[in-house]
Amino acid sequence: MPEILITLAIIIVKVVTFTFIVVLPLVPLSVYFERRFSAIIQDRVGPNRVGIPLTLFGAKKDFHLFGLIQPIADGLKLFLKEDFTPDHVRKAFYWLAPALTVVPALITVCVIPFGPDVTLFGYNEKLVIADIDVGPLFIFAISSLTVYGITLAGWASNSKFPFIGGVRSTAQMISYEICLGLSIIPVLLYYRDLNLSNIVNEQAKNGWLLLPFWTDGKLSLPSAEAALFLIPAIIAFLIFTISIFAETNRMPFDLPECETELVGGYHTEYSSMKFAMFFMGEYAAMVIGSALIITLFLGGWSVGFGLDNVIANFSIGEFKIGGFIHIGVFLAKLIAFILFFILVRWTVPRFRYDQLMKLGWVIFFEAALINVFLAALILAAPEFKTTIIASGSVLLLAVTAAVIWVAKVSEPPVKILRA
Amino acid sequence: MPSYLFWLFATIMLIGACAVIAFRNPVSSALAMVTSFVGLAALFIGLSAFFVGIIQILVYSGAIMVLFLFIIMLLDLKDEKKRASNGAPLFAGLALVVVFFIQLIGVLGNKLPHQSAPELNHETLATAAARFPAEGKIAISLNDGRLPDVHLIGHTLFTEYNLPLQILGVLLLVATIGVVVLSKKSVGSDASVQSDASKS
Repeated sequence: MPEILITLAIIIVKVVTFTFIVVLPLVPLSVYFERRFSAIIQDRVGPNRVGIPLTLFGAKKDFHLFGLIQPIADGLKLFLKEDFTPDHVRKAFYWLAPALTVVPALITVCVIPFGPDVTLFGYNEKLVIADIDVGPLFIFAISSLTVYGITLAGWASNSKFPFIGGVRSTAQMISYEICLGLSIIPVLLYYRDLNLSNIVNEQAKNGWLLLPFWTDGKLSLPSAEAALFLIPAIIAFLIFTISIFAETNRMPFDLPECETELVGGYHTEYSSMKFAMFFMGEYAAMVIGSALIITLFLGGWSVGFGLDNVIANFSIGEFKIGGFIHIGVFLAKLIAFILFFILVRWTVPRFRYDQLMKLGWVIFFEAALINVFLAALILAAPEFKTTIIASGSVLLLAVTAAVIWVAKVSEPPVKILRA
Repeated sequence: MPSYLFWLFATIMLIGACAVIAFRNPVSSALAMVTSFVGLAALFIGLSAFFVGIIQILVYSGAIMVLFLFIIMLLDLKDEKKRASNGAPLFAGLALVVVFFIQLIGVLGNKLPHQSAPELNHETLATAAARFPAEGKIAISLNDGRLPDVHLIGHTLFTEYNLPLQILGVLLLVATIGVVVLSKKSVGSDASVQSDASKS
């Protein structure tokens, strides 16, 4: 019985730590980053005042902490605001929708590997909540449930603009889910595994997918296969990253909530904490998306360059605490990627809806399919005769040319407007 | 899977299934169906079929039911709410239920030799590993005491059922192209298409 209790305690500690102490605080933190970074981009100051109000206790000056307390103040404001439910909404769905956007994003945390094994008090534990063999599929499956939240919010609000926002968001998310799923097939083919911990372990040992400059923990030039595989890997990386932007409704693709057309989009009728939950859901999805990109393409928690073994064996007394350094590395990469998301949001203008759909269905879908073919060809090359590989490449080139030609032909001719 | 978890998820599934037909509002019905699917996925996962369970959520809850909901929301729901149920469909439904029930009794009444599936322990997995090439991923993780269900499904599909799989792929491709052709036809702004339409 104590064995079971200890296992249960470990699971609960992991769930609480990773979800509520590591990922959830990243949400307000990224809101703070968003405001400060956008301020820097636009040559403003941004929120830099809210800190510890020492003047209340008789001190001469406040301690401003660079405004890091601002997100807490924002959260408190949203908590204390009046929670207003309009008369014309469909009540049950109106209440259900915000929860349905936040919960899936937080459930997906459970398959992200935050670090390698750590040994504490004689227990060897993996720093991942659920080490299941279908990691990326699990994330796609659960995050595809986010659509319900947004769609229901739009429909339950029972008014025009939220409904258009909800419909836009449904179409957009369904379309880009296909690109997301197809674009990582080359990565999964390369690692021959669907377990995210194994994928990161492999990258720590033999080089990140986009930076294959060490093998077996020693710096070296990549093998011919790894070097050639950089081409499909980079294509997959581009498609996947851009699709994550669309999937999380971030700026170049934030059509479901664009202020200039739809007031506030699907959350127009929401106020107070319910609105805050949509907000949290969006940012949590962004955090998880970045975590997935890092895990698949950029080595997850690994430092790289053959330093991982040194760090993993770092220990104080009997406690191997190298794993915690790896968590720090993972979080540093995560924050860097969140800053990249913010940079894109404040520099790239919004797409038109037909451009968005065209990008998804005409460009990314075909490119991802061709990329799967290319990756399979590169991986199978050592096993087959030259003639088979040559005919395969000719076929691939022909298909690519045909797809580009069809895309060109299907495009309507540009009409020149005259004043 | 511990049996109380089985009962929990089976109950969730059944409540969802009953709610599908009990609700008047089609959107509520669609959501109840999603609940039922999630319960079913949990049952699959409890049987160590992670891949099937996850695909159940990904395909049915995440894609197909979203499309259902999408269409339902675009329709005017007021007529559906008012429609009174008349006798014939109700009778047909009940008859179907009775037929299935009789079939169920027939199946359950057949005395099968009592035979429980082998437990998924280290030994069974290790003996199963002997059937696969020793260097492969499947054999390694089977010897490790894990069930590599994704690899096993892939292996089975691409060795034993390769031809049916290819044929299914072609069928889906034909269906996709058919949809595109059917939906493009009426939109055609070509003069030839318009003249054809005016002739007929």
